[in-house]
Amino acid sequence: MLKQITVTVNGVQHTLEVEPRLLLVHMIREVLNLTGTHIGCDTSSCGACTILLDGKSIKSCTVLAVQANGKSITTIEGVAQNGELSPLQEGFKENHGLHCGFCTPGMILRATELLANNPNPTEEEIRWGIAGNLCRCTGYNNIVKAIQYAGAKMRGDELPSTEPEFV
Amino acid sequence: MIQCKTSKEIGGMGHSLKRKEDIRFIQGKGHYVDDVKLPGMLYMDIVRSPYAYAKIKKINIEEAMKVPGVVAVVTGKDLEKYNLHWMPTLMSDTQMVLPTDTVMYQAQEVAAVIATSKYAARDGREAVKVEYEPMKPVIDPFKSLDPGAPVLRSDKEGKKDNHIWHWEVGDKNKTDDVFAKAEVVVKEQMHIPRIHVASIETCGCVADYDKVNNHLTMYMTTQAPHAIRTVIALVAGHVGLTEEKIRVISPDIGGGFGGKVPVYPGYVIAIAVSFLVGKPVKWIEDRSENLQADSFARDYHITAEMAGTKDGKILATRFKILADHGYTDASANPSKFPTGMFSVATGSYDYDTTYMECDAVYTNKPPGGVAYRCSFRVTEAVHAIERITDRYALEIGKDPAELRLQNFIKKEDFPWKSPTGWIYDSGDYHKGLLKAMDTVNYHQLRAEQAEKRKRGELMGIGISTFTEIVGAGPSKDFDILGIKMFDSAEIRVHPTGKAIARFGTKSQGQGHETTYAQIIAEELGIPAENIQIEEGDTDTAPYGLGTYASRSTPTAGAAAAVAARKLRDKARKIAAYLLEVSEDDLEWEPGKFFVKGAPEKSKTIQEIVFASYTNHPPGMEAGFEATHYYDPPNLTFPSGAYICVVDIDKETGAIHVRRFVAIDDCGNIINPMIVQGQVHGGLTQGIAPAMYEELIYDEAGNILNGTFMDYLVPTAVESPKWETGHTVTPSPHHPIGAKGVGESPTVGAPPAIANAIVDALSPYGITHLDIPITPFKVWKALKEKGVV
Repeated sequence: MLKQITVTVNGVQHTLEVEPRLLLVHMIREVLNLTGTHIGCDTSSCGACTILLDGKSIKSCTVLAVQANGKSITTIEGVAQNGELSPLQEGFKENHGLHCGFCTPGMILRATELLANNPNPTEEEIRWGIAGNLCRCTGYNNIVKAIQYAGAKMRGDELPSTEPEFV
Repeated sequence: MIQCKTSKEIGGMGHSLKRKEDIRFIQGKGHYVDDVKLPGMLYMDIVRSPYAYAKIKKINIEEAMKVPGVVAVVTGKDLEKYNLHWMPTLMSDTQMVLPTDTVMYQAQEVAAVIATSKYAARDGREAVKVEYEPMKPVIDPFKSLDPGAPVLRSDKEGKKDNHIWHWEVGDKNKTDDVFAKAEVVVKEQMHIPRIHVASIETCGCVADYDKVNNHLTMYMTTQAPHAIRTVIALVAGHVGLTEEKIRVISPDIGGGFGGKVPVYPGYVIAIAVSFLVGKPVKWIEDRSENLQADSFARDYHITAEMAGTKDGKILATRFKILADHGYTDASANPSKFPTGMFSVATGSYDYDTTYMECDAVYTNKPPGGVAYRCSFRVTEAVHAIERITDRYALEIGKDPAELRLQNFIKKEDFPWKSPTGWIYDSGDYHKGLLKAMDTVNYHQLRAEQAEKRKRGELMGIGISTFTEIVGAGPSKDFDILGIKMFDSAEIRVHPTGKAIARFGTKSQGQGHETTYAQIIAEELGIPAENIQIEEGDTDTAPYGLGTYASRSTPTAGAAAAVAARKLRDKARKIAAYLLEVSEDDLEWEPGKFFVKGAPEKSKTIQEIVFASYTNHPPGMEAGFEATHYYDPPNLTFPSGAYICVVDIDKETGAIHVRRFVAIDDCGNIINPMIVQGQVHGGLTQGIAPAMYEELIYDEAGNILNGTFMDYLVPTAVESPKWETGHTVTPSPHHPIGAKGVGESPTVGAPPAIANAIVDALSPYGITHLDIPITPFKVWKALKEKGVV
């Protein structure tokens, strides 16, 4: 019944025996103990479980672990390099793009692919781009700012102000 | 710009300090309940009722017990042996943990399956066979009191109907008299529908009972860990779980919004099972379970009336409520306030006559009522007053902004006693509304609207000028199960001048780790960066009542300042000793005491603290720590002026929120960045019930939208770009002049949106629409009026 799979997670190769029905999100959380990836729903709606599978953002609650066989996964724990925050991580912190932090890992990974495909998105493109990720705390405005900030940083543009626009 | 007394390095009040907690959250290193993994941990899944009202004929667990990995199936009969099949609610009602004979709502817990893995527990759940005898449920609260309605709570001795309680406040005769004589009377029937907080993290726990030491550690998603510890002790003391043997840990919480205040059956079952099997038991609910069974919010049917003069002077209001509480009254209110703070519904306006009454009824739905940034029913109160105020403006043909400016309580009249007895602490409502009108360019918008109306286009402008009441509360009136609603802070400064501080509240994302440090930094001059803030562990944190109803800043925030001031008094004594001067000769600036007229003679707070361990004055206790339990003298009354502009497509009913300006006044601001973030999030949780969210039940009691597929939480696309701003009217009784703010936007926004939409439709004789106002509802209303 168990299937053997080999997956590379945040650069480390793992060979695992898994049930075919095991959801990828549970493999990541329960088997590999990478608990930054979260579960917020049971209908593929919220995006808190978003990771990168071979560079593409996917909702890991909607993929079986066996389907990841031979593939490469990035979770939030693999985003910072050598202790250095990624531009998106920095952007979320600098722009107050998170409160409770539960949607944050999924948001950051979704935005990673968004910026990879579209390095200079408009606000509307960002909003549609993260429409698969629900946040209950921030009202999204500062998440948009965080992604704009990261985009500017990655492009080498002048960084936008992180002061709150609180007239 | 906000003036700061401290330097950026100290980072006291008013600095937009970046959050300390972010560094773990952005790297996946938060520690939420489902991240907890303990040796030998078992997993629990719950069998739930498919019926809203049914007799349980038989629960067959045989097949479930055969499922590999399943170790136990627990039913109500099992808990009955320990008298744990029912539990008390905060409103002194009773709630089933697991039923022994009858289920009262769809998705109610019926049995629990315990297994060695999450998947095995789910397999076991599917294998439990329950035989039911369905009965006709009571779903419509208006029919709940019909003579023929089944008496739902036949378990309560002598209960002959579905009426829970009647509440009233105000002067009925005087109000009726004013209404009888008034030139103008307006009236609308409103439903503030049932909704759900839907925090992205659902509820859950890991109950870890250690038989050897007779000690329970309970990791759980709770906003009020200390109160929960006491409740567990009160409920389970008879089996030896006394309070010193219980440690509740509320770790990082993925949003609360009031949904994590109540005690849910899942927690109790997990504790009972862990107690019986002596192993840790994890229970994490699904989203569907969360939406369908956990505490709902709102569900008030309100008849709102306003009496006034033809030229716009408000004379009186009258509110009659029918409250649907589900099958038990488990609403999370202070014990003396069954309708919460609804009695603040007289609003921001100066008049002296009101009468309010409420009847609460049982129905075959889940319990709850108080949740979702409601500040104990203030959402309902503000919706009622702000909608009926607009209705009055429409009736007499007066601009709703002018009407409000005419009736506002004036800033010089604070503290102001409301007709229901609240003492509003402070406010400057004119300033707030004028700022909002200026920001949105109100008069130009009205001119544009007039032009558009000539062309038959639908544009609406909605205002909400609200007064909140948060920070429960003074011990005279406020308690939860008898425990007075104080809160606490405990500050301990280490020899090298760094500090740890713990609080009786519990953040669920509101940034307490950062902002409490800022309050202490302001008072002591120790950099906020050097102050570690902790909450949520009942073994270590001082007793507090938790975080909900925007009470953290008013209560524990105050306690932080008072505790820090105790330390500053001690610091002054030590500085006088070290500098060999009298205390009166010393002056304080954030971070040091210096000798008056000789500023070069000074001692920094770090030097003083070090001395408290190394060279403390004779007769003085060594060390540098203080605790304060703060009993607030009054609540705080933050306010806001919100203006919403909508454009509506006549053919489809589609509503576009063009602009939304929110001016909030929460007194002195601790961290503008965080306040703004709270406002953004709260406004999105304002547009959600106003336009998208509602829990819908059919006549059989089936929930029709109990998942995220059709319970419409706004995404980034639906959420408008919020324009936010502030005025500052400090609370005179609060140690740092700060008021709560977390819930203001959710309280204030829905009526602004509803008022805007009704304003757009008003030329066609539409005077009210219930939220959520969907495109279909708009289209239907226009269709009924023959417009489309």
